[in-house]
Amino acid sequence: MPVANIQVSETPLVLYALRRADDALILGHRLSEWCGHAPMLEEDMALSNIALDLIGQARELYTYAAKAEGKDNDEDKLAYLRDIRQYRDLLLVEQPNGDFAQTLVRQFFYSAFADLYWRAMMTSRDTTLAAIAAKSEKESAYHLRHASEWIIRLGDGTDESHARAQAAIDHLWAFTGEMFAVDDGERALIHAGIAIDPGTLRGRWLTTLSDVVGEATLVLPQNDWMQQGGRVGRHSEHLGHLLSELQSMQRTFPGQTW
Amino acid sequence: MVTVLDRDSELRRRAWDAAASVVDPEIPVLTIAELGVLRDVVLDGDHVEVAITPTYSGCPAMNMIALEIEVALERAGFRQPKVRTVLSPAWTTDWMSEEGRRKLRAYGIAPPQASNSRRALFGEQAVTCPQCGSQNAELLSEFGSTSCKALWRCKACREPFDYFKCH
Repeated sequence: MPVANIQVSETPLVLYALRRADDALILGHRLSEWCGHAPMLEEDMALSNIALDLIGQARELYTYAAKAEGKDNDEDKLAYLRDIRQYRDLLLVEQPNGDFAQTLVRQFFYSAFADLYWRAMMTSRDTTLAAIAAKSEKESAYHLRHASEWIIRLGDGTDESHARAQAAIDHLWAFTGEMFAVDDGERALIHAGIAIDPGTLRGRWLTTLSDVVGEATLVLPQNDWMQQGGRVGRHSEHLGHLLSELQSMQRTFPGQTW
Repeated sequence: MVTVLDRDSELRRRAWDAAASVVDPEIPVLTIAELGVLRDVVLDGDHVEVAITPTYSGCPAMNMIALEIEVALERAGFRQPKVRTVLSPAWTTDWMSEEGRRKLRAYGIAPPQASNSRRALFGEQAVTCPQCGSQNAELLSEFGSTSCKALWRCKACREPFDYFKCH
């Protein structure tokens, strides 16, 4: 028998933490799909290591969200017992791995943002969020360096790798706008000094992208139409398939532990 | 005369020594004290609570380290010890002791460099080969056998080696 979804009381603070936790978990899960399949052993280990960092960040954020909610949910229930419409991650992170270029472009777009975001969040008035940010910031900086080196290698590599990297940039570009959007609930948290306004990071994010993409002999798209929906639970079909794998054990054997 | 204070500080020292004897399961030459993972030991009556901090958010060794601290404290005579994880201040390789760095090198792992260049996106790093001491080494992979290590190769002696990333 399938297990019922949990209910979550999404106060602005709970929702805020869930969104960041879902980003980290879903991207971490996507990267873990490369384990055993990456084009070389070093990258297999690199992508798995990055996945580990992200899932570690997700655990801290879920634990925080559960505490902020104050019901009997915990990190495992939040990860395993919410359905697709209850997930709050960015559409960007749930996009399929595609080829190696698509995985690395997705990682590059996200890490360039996460690096800036968590560094800014270190000044949060919420000491737990500031502490999580201080750890995540260091990890994101390293992830960004790894992804940036690959963008340059792929873009400035062969005709084939260049074409694939450019196609990945063009394809994923429309999912980047959502990173900088905030709703009313989050705006209140920003005013209270608990969250920071991601919109203020967009200029620096673009500078990082331009520097790396330029060196890679690639170009950023000019179109500014952006696809949104992940933050309010309107997802691409890809997330449903991902969750069915991620959640299958807990849905089949409720409460199972190692 | 033995005061209560003396007794407590003696107990705390015993608890600290017991916890500090636990080694990192993935780098067994380093104790958690040398690594900077052991942050505090608090005594409340006869109950002891140990604070540790993760090296990386997803470090899978943390559960094992917590378990081994509990075992070490039980063996030292402390009943039902507690282990608490603290995130702030965030762990940095700057906390690794000189003795820890020396042990790492002897074990074949290049110790972390000073962290001032961490921010550089493509910063040059000069990593010294733990085998032959040459500074002529190249990065093979940003990520190695564990979260905290990168894979390097010495161009002088041709040996590949782990580098404990500065963080």
